[in-house]
Amino acid sequence: MTRTALLALLSHWNRHRLQLAMLLLGLALATALWSGVQAINAEARKSYDRAAATLGQDTLVRLTSPDGVTLEQFVALRRAGWLVSPVLEGSIRVADTRLRILGVDPLTAPPQAGLASLTQGDDVLAEFLGEPGLLFVAPETAAELDGETLPPRRIAPDLAPGTAITDITTAQALLDRQRLTHLLIAPEQPMGLTSLEDLTDLTRSTPEEGTDLAELTDSFHLNLTAFGLLSFGVGLFIVQSAIGLAFEQRRQTFRTLRALGLGLNRLMTLLAAELAIFALLAGSLGLVIGYAIAAALLPGVAGTLRGLYGASVSGALSFDPLWALAGLGITLAGTALAGAQALWRVARMPLLAPAQPRAWAMASLRSLMAQGVAAALLLSASAFLVVFGTGLVAAFAGLGALLIGAALALPPLLIGALRLVQPLARGPIGEWLLADARQQVPALSLALMALLLALSANIGVGTMVGSFRTTFTGWLDQRLSAEIYVTAPDSASATRVREVSIDLGADPLPIWSVEAEVAGRPATLYGITDHPSYRQDWPLLFALPDAWNRTYAGDGVMVNEQVFRSESLSLGEPVTLAEGWDVPVAGVYADYGNPNAQAMIGDDVLAARYPDVPRLRYAIHTDDPEALATALQDRAELPPQGLVNQSKLKAISLRVFEQTFLVTGALNVLTLGVAGIAVLTSLLTLSGLRLPQLAPLWAFGVRPARLARLEVARTCILALLTWALSVPVGLALAWVLLAKVNVEAFGWRLPMLLFPGQWIWLAGAALLSAGIACLWPAIRLTRLPPSRLLRVFAHER
Amino acid sequence: MRDDLTAALLCVVFAGPASAQGFAGLGADAGADFAMPNPERELTFPADHFAHPGYRIEWWYLTATLEGADGREYGAQWTLFRSALSPTMADGWETNQIWLGHAAVTTPDAHRFAERYARGGIGQAGISDPFAAFIDDWSMTSAADPEEDPLDVLSLTARGSDFAYALELTAEGPLVRHGEDGYSVKSPEGQASHYYSQPFYTVEGTLDLPSGEVEVTGKAWLDREWSSQPLAANQSGWDWFSLSFDSGAKLMGFGLRTDEQGTHFTSATWIEDDGTTETYGDGALALTPLRTASVEGRSIPVEWRLVLPDRGLDVTTQPLNPQAWMGTSFPYWEGPISIAGSHSGRGYLEMTGY
Repeated sequence: MTRTALLALLSHWNRHRLQLAMLLLGLALATALWSGVQAINAEARKSYDRAAATLGQDTLVRLTSPDGVTLEQFVALRRAGWLVSPVLEGSIRVADTRLRILGVDPLTAPPQAGLASLTQGDDVLAEFLGEPGLLFVAPETAAELDGETLPPRRIAPDLAPGTAITDITTAQALLDRQRLTHLLIAPEQPMGLTSLEDLTDLTRSTPEEGTDLAELTDSFHLNLTAFGLLSFGVGLFIVQSAIGLAFEQRRQTFRTLRALGLGLNRLMTLLAAELAIFALLAGSLGLVIGYAIAAALLPGVAGTLRGLYGASVSGALSFDPLWALAGLGITLAGTALAGAQALWRVARMPLLAPAQPRAWAMASLRSLMAQGVAAALLLSASAFLVVFGTGLVAAFAGLGALLIGAALALPPLLIGALRLVQPLARGPIGEWLLADARQQVPALSLALMALLLALSANIGVGTMVGSFRTTFTGWLDQRLSAEIYVTAPDSASATRVREVSIDLGADPLPIWSVEAEVAGRPATLYGITDHPSYRQDWPLLFALPDAWNRTYAGDGVMVNEQVFRSESLSLGEPVTLAEGWDVPVAGVYADYGNPNAQAMIGDDVLAARYPDVPRLRYAIHTDDPEALATALQDRAELPPQGLVNQSKLKAISLRVFEQTFLVTGALNVLTLGVAGIAVLTSLLTLSGLRLPQLAPLWAFGVRPARLARLEVARTCILALLTWALSVPVGLALAWVLLAKVNVEAFGWRLPMLLFPGQWIWLAGAALLSAGIACLWPAIRLTRLPPSRLLRVFAHER
Repeated sequence: MRDDLTAALLCVVFAGPASAQGFAGLGADAGADFAMPNPERELTFPADHFAHPGYRIEWWYLTATLEGADGREYGAQWTLFRSALSPTMADGWETNQIWLGHAAVTTPDAHRFAERYARGGIGQAGISDPFAAFIDDWSMTSAADPEEDPLDVLSLTARGSDFAYALELTAEGPLVRHGEDGYSVKSPEGQASHYYSQPFYTVEGTLDLPSGEVEVTGKAWLDREWSSQPLAANQSGWDWFSLSFDSGAKLMGFGLRTDEQGTHFTSATWIEDDGTTETYGDGALALTPLRTASVEGRSIPVEWRLVLPDRGLDVTTQPLNPQAWMGTSFPYWEGPISIAGSHSGRGYLEMTGY
């Protein structure tokens, strides 16, 4: 019996292959986008952990000093019996990327530093310690460094990308620095040592809780996850409508099976098992697609993370069985969710209920009201969360409530809108069209909600990216006001650069900094010269009156927006820059694309406190950049890589920016595609069921071709109305992203700019996808043999 | 507790026991640029107490058999190895000299050891003048009067996570040259090293153990050896004995095992209590393992029979602690032993390449 019943149930799919395909496709797409995003996040997290674990930096206590650690200090501690190991850390520019150099001493490195696996093998250590040394790098970094004049590279697959581990002597040569960055303290020390405090004035610092990178990039990953969830939700709409239809159409079968003695429980079990099988099949397919999506997007994500946070993430994807299991799990859960309503209906169906497929439930006034109330509640919750909530989670929860609330509000609003335009209709066909569209809203509502979500997300994210791009470009123009930027290899060369520039009538402004702190956060403190380019061009967001004079005099400090917001500073509030050095905040400047705290103070003030810091970098204002560049290379003997001109710097910055939003763009398009499929499924579902509505019109003499056109028109009207609603929702979304999420995630707030051109384009896209989606059902309608339409009247309904 | 880094290090510096080039890479071809031991070369003191950076490998190797006031027996080891990555010299971090320190304290129920690595050239390890051999805070420092040989009086310190010691050593006899006037042959193919000892130390000092401090007295033996290729490529390890008999005489004896048969290439130096020596070449001393023990998963011969017919010597040795395993980057067995048979006394046994 069970087998027969199962065969009977499954035979439906054999007759409705397209429906089956839609169901599977919906499930597969939902799984694919969700698990693809998860795979990307997991890969990125792995990279952060690897970076954090390099040299046991996540666990080992270290000794540091603001001026670095000398060789003598290291040796003195060793001679006192302390097991400490030197590390020299820095970064160099190679090609267009930054290579983080980690110089270590394998002879004293504690086992926890995990150097072991690297230096294993014949002669590796001799090469590592010897001349010209060895660089251990991740495979992708090795590829990037191909052809560069650096010491020989060896592949170390476990290393974080963008990092090279090398001997301390090699690092000293590459970074041109003698002082060590810090000493790692081995966890296990000999017995009976003199305490460190009595031996050295280096300060002991514990590795920071959690990694900076993981924290910094959290928002980005939350973003991706939200997108993944959105796509998953949209995918589930497809599944829900496909399942709902299949159950509707099989009412006869259910009734017959029940009448033949199949128990309700068994029927339910069989249906659930059927869904589970589909979920597993589609889930597996989805995993394959998801893996492909992740592999395709990962290099973009890696670029984004590097551009935004300086975080190196491997561009290569690895397969994790746990990920696959989790993906299948979420597919099963999603299917259960999408199928619950249908199963519930079967469970409550009276044994001998009329076995006619009925057009989907007419929207009763009551259910519409209920939806409206729920939507209103969600929207107000969203407003409350956004306005009063703090933190990223509140912001995202607010976004979620906004989107779901808007989706729920869609059917009542659509019906309302259709009622409003009803008086405009001319003639019976027009009136029928609008009335029919209204009647279709409940049936189509899920697909239209999916469309609304996709369109709103597109508008919201598009507005955010566009606002960001416009602001960023303008800011770059102001900020990069000098024509030439120079990095001299040493002090002598820097002096020559200065002399040659002044000689040619140019203004060389030193760019130099010390590592200090702002309100307890590690920050880079720049010393700036009094030059009109700062006073005129430097974009200040807020400032005290006379802010520049205060800053040059040392009576004030300019801080970047990130630290201003994250530490909740206010203008005029004194902040601690170093021990015993408190200066009030004089101004706040925008500093997009930089995750770290930064501050500026007068050149002389800083130099008085840090007299020994060399000034190797210069921003040079000149009328004739070409001549100056030539002169700097010829007369100041500046190596070509030490010189970059403004336009190139801008190009690099913009490229980083574009890469940053590559992934967002790609996910946007995918979501819109999924929404299009959702509309298609719903329309296909309806086309079979709508014959009773269409047959009378046909009988009145409306030709099938006209009927088909009317069908297309109706769908397009609904799509357009949905689009119209998506614009305010999308703008609300953009506002939350710009005013809340960005501030939390990146530390900067951007002005919101509107891009109506983009909305028009999206309206086109919505019409197009809806049009394509209804095209096939419409064509089918034109080819419908009259007998099928006649049968509507023949059959007793 | 050791990680693989140290093992990796050995591939270069001392090479692992599994290496095809004998234990710790000592059988590796030195290359033409390193200085080679030369039978014509005469040892001169105190100059030869100091480092010979032109040679690939060198050590200052001290073992002490000690006794507490309660008669409990102890052993102590202090070793500084020098290894050159290349014969060329450079200063500071760029040095080609790598230093390795081993220290241990053996009791009947525990064997505690520690290991240190350092680069030469930065003051973290090396030999300084006036004589001091040091790595980190471990040192073997001369406390001799200027007119005496620097090795006549030594202060010795070392420290690990679970032990520390400070010992004062006074030489009661002269330096002793092994082989042909300090040129010690290690294989039929002629591999050799420069090798001398100071076997006449009396010791007093303090062991600092987890159970508390222990005042100890006893005897100690310092070996000095340097070479560029002391083993033949097919020699897998050695069994080395330093024996101090109750009669006052001493015996240094070693057997170098070849890979294939496990047969020994032996050499011995008989040392009278006045420091006069007689050298015995391959075959004179017979070494026979009597009992093996399982140590760190390996089968190690911890009891031996030594026969030197020319001296009427036929003794067996017993370890103070059969588990005297140096689980260092190149692992070996090193511990105090007691002697019974035709002669009685105490000594030290080192076994490598198992």
